[in-house]
Amino acid sequence: MSGAASGRGEAAMVPQVDFESYYGRQIIKTPTWKTPDVPLYLFLGGLAGASAVLAEGASLRDLPRLETVARGAAASGAGLGTVFLVHDLGRPERFLNMLRVFKPTSPLSVGSFILAPFSPLAIIAFGSKLTGWFPRLGRLAGVGAAAFGPALATYTAALLGNTVVPAWHEAHRELPFVFGGSGAQAAGGVAMLLVPIDQAGPARRLALMGAAVEIVAAESILRQRGLAAEPYETGRPGRLMRVARSATTLASVATVLGGRRSRVLSALAGATYVAASVTTRFGIFEAGLASARDPKYTVVPQRERLRQRQDASAKMTT
Amino acid sequence: MSLFSDIFSEGRLWGRLDDVTGDAGYDEHPPRMGFFTDTSVCIGCKACEVACKEWNEVPDDGYLLTGMSYDNTGALGASTWRHVAFVEKPFETVADRPPQGPPVTDLGMPGVGPPAREDTAAESGDGAMRWLMSSDVCKHCTHAGCLDVCPTGALFRTEFGTVVVQPDVCNGCGYCVAACPYGVIDLREGDGRAFKCTLCYDRLKEGQTPACAQACPTESIQFGEVSELRLRAANRLQELEDQGVDVARLYGADPDDGVGGDGAFFLLLDEPEVYGLPPDPVVPTRSLASVWKHVGYAAATVAGIGVASFLGRRRP
Amino acid sequence: MDLQNADCILIEGSNMAEAHPVGFQWVVEAKRRGATVIHVDPRFTRTSALADVHVPIRAGSDIAWLGGLVNHVLQHDLDFREYVVAYTNAANIIDGEFKDTEDLDGLFSGFDPETGHYDPLSWHYEPPEELSEDDRRHLREVEEDRASESSGEGHKKSHQAARSESHGSGGAPVLWKGRRDETLQHPRCVFQLLKRHFARYTPELVQEVCGIEPEQLRRVADALTGNSGRERTTAFCYAVGWTHHTTGAQMIRAAAILQTLLGNIGRPGGGILALRGHASIQGSTDIPTLFNILPGYLPMPQTSHQSLDEWVEADEGAAGFWGNVRPYAVSLLKSYWGDAATAGNDFCFDYLPRVTGDHSTYSTVKSQIEGGCKGYFLVGENPAVGSANGKMQRLGLANLDWLVVRDLQMIESATFWQDGPEIETGELVTEEIGTEVFFLPAASHVEKAGSFTQTQRMLQWRDKAVEPPGDARSELWFYVELGNRIRARLAGSSDEMDRPLLDLAWDYPYDEQGEPSGEQVLREINGTGPDGAALSAYTDLKADGTTACGCWIYCGVYAGEHNHARDRTPHWEQDVVASEWGWVWPANRRILYNRASAAPDGTPWSERKKYVWWDADADDGKGRWVGRDVPDFIPDRAPDFVPEPGANGPDAIGGQDPFIMQTDGKAWLFAPVGLADGPMPTHYEPPESPVRNPLYGQQNNPSRRKLDHPVNAINPSWSEVFPYVFTSYRLTEHHTAGAMSRTLPYLTELQPEPFCEVSPRLAAERGLEHLGWATIVTNRTAIEARVLVTDRLRSLRLGDRWVEQVGLPYHWGRNGITQGDSPNDLVNITMDPNVYIQDKVGTCDIRPGRRPRGAALMAYVEGYRRRSGIDLAHPEDGGADR
Ligand SMILES: Nc1nc2c(c(=O)[nH]1)N[C@H]1C(S)=C(S)[C@@H](COP(=O)(O)OP(=O)(O)OC[C@H]3O[C@@H](n4cnc5c(=O)[nH]c(N)nc54)[C@H](O)[C@@H]3O)O[C@H]1N2
Ligand SMILES: Nc1nc2c(c(=O)[nH]1)N[C@H]1C(S)=C(S)[C@@H](COP(=O)(O)OP(=O)(O)OC[C@H]3O[C@@H](n4cnc5c(=O)[nH]c(N)nc54)[C@H](O)[C@@H]3O)O[C@H]1N2
Ligand code: SF4
Ligand code: SF4
Ligand code: SF4
Ligand code: SF4
Ligand code: SF4
Ligand SMILES: [Mo]
Repeated sequence: MSGAASGRGEAAMVPQVDFESYYGRQIIKTPTWKTPDVPLYLFLGGLAGASAVLAEGASLRDLPRLETVARGAAASGAGLGTVFLVHDLGRPERFLNMLRVFKPTSPLSVGSFILAPFSPLAIIAFGSKLTGWFPRLGRLAGVGAAAFGPALATYTAALLGNTVVPAWHEAHRELPFVFGGSGAQAAGGVAMLLVPIDQAGPARRLALMGAAVEIVAAESILRQRGLAAEPYETGRPGRLMRVARSATTLASVATVLGGRRSRVLSALAGATYVAASVTTRFGIFEAGLASARDPKYTVVPQRERLRQRQDASAKMTT
Repeated sequence: MSLFSDIFSEGRLWGRLDDVTGDAGYDEHPPRMGFFTDTSVCIGCKACEVACKEWNEVPDDGYLLTGMSYDNTGALGASTWRHVAFVEKPFETVADRPPQGPPVTDLGMPGVGPPAREDTAAESGDGAMRWLMSSDVCKHCTHAGCLDVCPTGALFRTEFGTVVVQPDVCNGCGYCVAACPYGVIDLREGDGRAFKCTLCYDRLKEGQTPACAQACPTESIQFGEVSELRLRAANRLQELEDQGVDVARLYGADPDDGVGGDGAFFLLLDEPEVYGLPPDPVVPTRSLASVWKHVGYAAATVAGIGVASFLGRRRP
Repeated sequence: MDLQNADCILIEGSNMAEAHPVGFQWVVEAKRRGATVIHVDPRFTRTSALADVHVPIRAGSDIAWLGGLVNHVLQHDLDFREYVVAYTNAANIIDGEFKDTEDLDGLFSGFDPETGHYDPLSWHYEPPEELSEDDRRHLREVEEDRASESSGEGHKKSHQAARSESHGSGGAPVLWKGRRDETLQHPRCVFQLLKRHFARYTPELVQEVCGIEPEQLRRVADALTGNSGRERTTAFCYAVGWTHHTTGAQMIRAAAILQTLLGNIGRPGGGILALRGHASIQGSTDIPTLFNILPGYLPMPQTSHQSLDEWVEADEGAAGFWGNVRPYAVSLLKSYWGDAATAGNDFCFDYLPRVTGDHSTYSTVKSQIEGGCKGYFLVGENPAVGSANGKMQRLGLANLDWLVVRDLQMIESATFWQDGPEIETGELVTEEIGTEVFFLPAASHVEKAGSFTQTQRMLQWRDKAVEPPGDARSELWFYVELGNRIRARLAGSSDEMDRPLLDLAWDYPYDEQGEPSGEQVLREINGTGPDGAALSAYTDLKADGTTACGCWIYCGVYAGEHNHARDRTPHWEQDVVASEWGWVWPANRRILYNRASAAPDGTPWSERKKYVWWDADADDGKGRWVGRDVPDFIPDRAPDFVPEPGANGPDAIGGQDPFIMQTDGKAWLFAPVGLADGPMPTHYEPPESPVRNPLYGQQNNPSRRKLDHPVNAINPSWSEVFPYVFTSYRLTEHHTAGAMSRTLPYLTELQPEPFCEVSPRLAAERGLEHLGWATIVTNRTAIEARVLVTDRLRSLRLGDRWVEQVGLPYHWGRNGITQGDSPNDLVNITMDPNVYIQDKVGTCDIRPGRRPRGAALMAYVEGYRRRSGIDLAHPEDGGADR
């Protein structure tokens, strides 16, 4: 038995790396966040946040069907998301401890203080819209939710980015755009699915632009992040990411070609957007777990960093 | 913006920080306490593991033969706060190593067959291998990822400069788990909360030595003031170098490293990753400014495309 | 012992870091100060990991290796000549009749092939030219003996000298100080005998027997010799890797010879440290749980000893402190029988039981199986797991009328009747076992007060920390109570047989918690004088019955009515030898024979190794031994003192005789008496071995004790059916037979399953997989264990062949949190003739996969027996020579 296993990545993309590890064991812990709770929460947060923005636009532009659906998506996204978030806790009954302190260093703390106002606002806005009660309050709540919406849709990227999980941390610049774009795409998608095509114009545009942002950002991870991007391309997370991207592309093509003409096509494209957005979150989530499990992703870049520092200081001294 | 740069600045979130306790808001406080673990004298007796569990009433971690040399607890975790790693290793690289015994061809009565090879120094000689042992523990980082991200305040910095979880506050969100660059803290299955070494906070308050250090027979685990331990570590390294040990190195002792130096640091006899330690750990919040900045841009983008979706002609 | 002062430490036959981690801190400290640490062990262990040099050795071959080192020293004149000439018996000339193993193909002169015993008569020192009256008397005896031997008459008396049950720790006395040739040139002087005896232990032979490269031998020899002499010292440490052999006592002798030649005995940082086992195992030899000695190593009387005089005669009158045996013996009898012991009744000497032969543990087990031994107490012992040949142990326990088990846990030795391995195979049937088992819960060491005597002969007091749970009681309570109840039953009896019990000084009051006082018992052991006050030194003991003392070597532990075992002055508040930490017998002396730390003229050998020296100016010019420790010498005996011819006891100790417990005051390179298997160590193969003894036709120790029983079938030597060597040992994480560790989650999780360790080569050879299962087979039985394939086990090259060793930690049994087969079921019982201990080394086969279950296991082992050609009529011979 050789004590320190010499790990070898299965990757085909990056040059094979030799590195040492402790019996091939991971160095950092695999995040304890559960599937599907957390990927679904990521998705729902994005959906809710972007939907709140969509709803407010619809309200301003007087597109009531769109507004109702988007408000519904924002409210249920926030509500359901909160349920998943609480369910993921080791001690769910202590959920409210999240609000004991406010810590800018903790995206989860910040997120809690985003989700905490957003959820009631979105629910009030939706309720008011649905029932017609307290219209003024509803309006105000809608504006409030829209104000928090973009933050809700993107802060979850900070949540992942501010960890030591290589695939997440290394992608912390791109992930907010991926999540934001993906959230917009989901919000647009839900509306395309449920809103007649004549009122769904903004939804289509939102979805298209969101999809574009997401694809560009995701592509940029693969281009820029070297070894840390490998988990997004290999194994199960790689497959999820590819499926998501194909679906997004397909939905976008369908939207552009027939979104304005066919209700069926619009609905199908919308549903595909939603599915793609969900899949993206699972892909990203699982890529993170995979990168935590394999010590390669922790050791190799750190070794490389050390080497570069040594080279630099050698240059300075010689 | 100045508040932003204040919160996310060097010294607060990364880099050198000489008075970590004062920074955490203690006006008057005892000196920062920690460990210097000198693995060159560790005999792998695991007294530290057992003493820690006894004192802190940590449950057992299961009965599993891992086959990882004599390490059957595997790693630090919620129920193993001290963990002794065992590494069986040739002196040089794997390739340089002299082969172990002759190739086996005769499966008949091999114990009595003639040796297949003449050159056998490796079989009977010493020096062909080393057995490294190292007792790992929470590093009580100057910039502790776990502490930074804990949303409930369950994790806090004590007056001794150590990092401790309050089990009555923790809600098991698991964020700390993903934020520790060393893979130390974890949620305990069946309990749901996060646990790790407390640096025996209760004993420290009584002026006592932590249980693990107390139990260590060879003074591999040295407890004391971090500033003093750093000197001791440097001296020990020098001593070993003078004795011709050229593989020794300090790990976590540098206040300028990615976590601002560890409160519990080590003298190792091989690369950190050989022991399951990250070679160049960096606290995740070092990038927090960049993280929030990009989130900000992305949020603006979402808002922007939201607005843009409604631009253009309204269809009749 | 002061390991931290050593310049070199050789650890062999012990896994010190794992089995003695706390003591090992001193090795670490020595290393920090620059000492070289060497570990000689079949395996690369946690001790090896900290050592500078690890030398892998074939288990059981240590004498060949040590002999190689002795040879190296002698051939290159590397001994510490001044020391050797002055302080050892190197100069003594040995009887002309003596024949070496080199002359007799593996036998010393005096061997009786019928009994397997040696008559050590021909090993004697040649008498001095000028015989004293005493010497002349001795000589007459010797000559008579010789005459009776040649006439074939009973050679009983002299034989006994080679038998260990007949003498205490001082060893048998020599007849006279003998003729010496201090030029060491006489062909029959010990030095020359030694040189000739070890001449064949060349580096090549060592390689052939031990699998150690000549280069390694050189390296270690250089380290040892380079760290010995005036300026430097080397220490040795050993434990059961040496003691558990049919040649165990001789392995330790070999080390003693080496250390004596290098001048490392009685000096700081020198010596040979026996790492004792259980917390107070040293204590339980000082105040023994052995059948053949009494407290303070007084020999148990033999049936031939009709009176006190006869009993002490052998020792009395000899030179040295053993010459004073009578006061120790009388004081012991006084402490047993108090007022009943008077000069008129020989101080109740007749009440002492007599030894009639070998009543050691393994003989007792055989007797159980054969129906001779009907009742048994197991107090703090778990032989069903911990003793060699587990099956024999259990078959013995199953054939008793009653069995009392006092233990902390429900151990296998108390539950064998319901779930032992023999129940599985059908060899035993629960309903048919007649043994009535009484299980009595015992209080553990933290649940009762008392003293431990540790490795360095130090007594340390322990207070009670917690109350024992439930009905658990201390040993002291149990035995006091048992004594009280038996004596109450017998009260009024007029049967002479009951007198020893009824006359006992048995007065142990209980305290408020219902416990007898342990400190009172320690005081009784310390001894009291005519005024009833605690004595302060064994030199105060009297032979007239005015003093009582339960163990003479412990006299002084209660000096001044103070329990010195309880002394706990921290080292920074006291002298360099920490004399106020605990109490060390004898006389709180930390290093024995420390007179040897000074040169013959009484000056320190060197400033660096200064320890005890002669201060000629002290006491107004009368002079006195002074130094860092209590001098182990007569305080005012000048270095140039020469005893009167015919002097006895301490008076016979010369100023240059540091070894005051030896009758000639010298360290013995050659043991003229006292050992059952020869005056010098020599290499024999273990009773089971795949290797032919390259030295002699004599394969095994000729005087080894065999245990003849079908369940103890020995694997034939060189059998191809059992090609591998196995040895057993401990893990830090567990304790001995496991009841104190397998039952605790925190320890069990650290080593959760029984395993065996094998080299990668052996794994490949037999198809063993890392973490898979293996079945290990001997002619006793087969067991299974998980496999660890590790480079820590080396394939050894012996000359033109390979030897593979299987390592077996022995802690597991059928009870506890995790269970498994016990390696002791594989270990055969063949014993060292000096101390009746088993050989931990054996041969085996190893195969991948789990073992057969139930009756199929019996058939499986039967197949091996058949194939190995074992003759069940003489199973103990294992096919090798007798
Ligand atoms: N943790 C722990 N400590 C203990 C104990 C325990 O069970 N657990 N038991 C205590 C007791 S009762 C005792 S007696 C002591 C024993 O203390 P040790 O004798 O130090 O312990 P063992 O593990 O039996 O070690 C013997 C070493 O000898 C090696 N060995 C085996 N055969 C041979 C041989 O033929 N030659 C040589 N040179 N080496 C050989 C083994 O590989 C092993 O490394 O430990 C005491 N300390
Ligand atoms: N194969 C192999 N066999 C060996 C050895 C080896 O190296 N290899 N080593 C041998 C050696 S050196 C030894 S010492 C033996 C040990 O063998 P054993 O003495 O048979 O085994 P232990 O487990 O030490 O048994 C001690 C028992 O005492 C109990 N006990 C502890 N404290 C107390 C107390 O205060 N009072 C009472 N009444 N009971 C108590 C414990 O629970 C335990 O069950 O094993 C020997 N057997
Ligand atoms: S090592 Fe990990 S758990 Fe310990 S203080 Fe640092 S970040 Fe926190
Ligand atoms: S799991 Fe507990 S300690 Fe860890 S971050 Fe969450 S609340 Fe804090
Ligand atoms: S300091 Fe205390 S809690 Fe931390 S490892 Fe040591 S014993 Fe355990
Ligand atoms: S107690 Fe000390 S020597 Fe033992 S394993 Fe822990 S650190 Fe190493
Ligand atoms: S005697 Fe006690 S303290 Fe010493 S090593 Fe053994 S178990 Fe540890
Ligand atoms: Mo022992």
